[in-house]
Amino acid sequence: MTSIDLRTVAIQPLRNTFDHIAERFGDKPASRYQEGSYRVQAEGNFHYRPSWAPQYEIFDPSRTALVMADWYSFKDPRQFYYGTYTLARAKMEENAEGAFTFVEQRGLAASFDADARATALAVLMPLRHVAWGSNTNNAAMCAYGYGTTFTQPCLYHGMDQLGIAQYLTRVGLMLGGTDALAAGKQAWVEAEAWQPLRRLVEDMMVVSDPIELYVAQNLALDGLLYPLVYRDIDTAITVKAGPTVSMLLQFQTDWFTETTKWIDATVKTMTGESAANAELVSGWFATWAARAAEALEPVAALALPDAAAAVAAVRSDLAARAAGLGITTNVSA
Amino acid sequence: MSTVFIAFQLNDATREIVDAIVDDNPGAVVEQQPAMVKVDVPSHMVIKRESIEERLGRPFDLQELQVHLITLSGNLDETDDEFSLSWAN
Repeated sequence: MTSIDLRTVAIQPLRNTFDHIAERFGDKPASRYQEGSYRVQAEGNFHYRPSWAPQYEIFDPSRTALVMADWYSFKDPRQFYYGTYTLARAKMEENAEGAFTFVEQRGLAASFDADARATALAVLMPLRHVAWGSNTNNAAMCAYGYGTTFTQPCLYHGMDQLGIAQYLTRVGLMLGGTDALAAGKQAWVEAEAWQPLRRLVEDMMVVSDPIELYVAQNLALDGLLYPLVYRDIDTAITVKAGPTVSMLLQFQTDWFTETTKWIDATVKTMTGESAANAELVSGWFATWAARAAEALEPVAALALPDAAAAVAAVRSDLAARAAGLGITTNVSA
Repeated sequence: MSTVFIAFQLNDATREIVDAIVDDNPGAVVEQQPAMVKVDVPSHMVIKRESIEERLGRPFDLQELQVHLITLSGNLDETDDEFSLSWAN
């Protein structure tokens, strides 16, 4: 009779992670975010320069005036790679879907106050086009930026903006059918109140420096637009007619809170790198925040009695946030 | 002095949790075993929600610990912000 001896054998792996990850973080088990993000940027063996911009390599850090010794010093505090990003968004989507179902089942859209409905549609429908602009811009930052820890979350951010445009579309369909979408498009193209913002969005689309675009779109414009629309105007509509529309905007509110962490971390890394970078970012911020505030005032006036005060308030909040990120305000616009 | 300990399955999430425990508890000893990681601390261990959230970069409910938990020893005191083990009694 033979006896079988069972025992546990610990097999030490020969290596904990890839060499290039170990080089940066030490030889220990690495997170999937690290393995899926660091040194993923293509760096060499390009045979041809792009024919449409022969002064650059295909991926070229000199497309921006910002100078970083290491483009991987950016880090997404949310640690999003494809897996965590899609999981996080699926969770938010589930919440938003719950709110839409709630409003639908109880027929809240049909019984919604007519004045408040008109205000909500007037403000929200043209914002579909603003979100689409941000989608395009963030895709551009991803395409022309450098270093995966910077470019990867830009693409996610762009996809999010496409999702936001779709949520706005659904709000429009619920409150006013397809006519609401057409009216929103017409207002975007023709109405006096929207032209400064449309000009701003279109001007940003031709900014060729990806980091300037980042500061303009994600910090300056969205930093004013989201608190103004999804907090102040949302509150004004809720006070007038109850929280129906507010429930349908839950995604945007949660999303702004979450993405602010990433934007703040990114801008802090830029300004912390050198005094020259801080000055550069401060200059971009001053220019674009001033333009964004100006462009948003007529939009705020569609829903708020004192638009100038509302815009001034979100602007001073943003200035305080920017100051915390190493942006100096003594650069004049 | 008796030690308290907690053991988790070894995976992507628990690495960050163990890092948080080690930082918040001086004297913590980490023992790596096949598919399991055990942390011993003399007399008192605290696991803080805030420290874990900082590392994971997302909101964390301390009850999520249960998903990865294998075993623990000590008297347990649990709040929304802290999960602590001690031999207080």
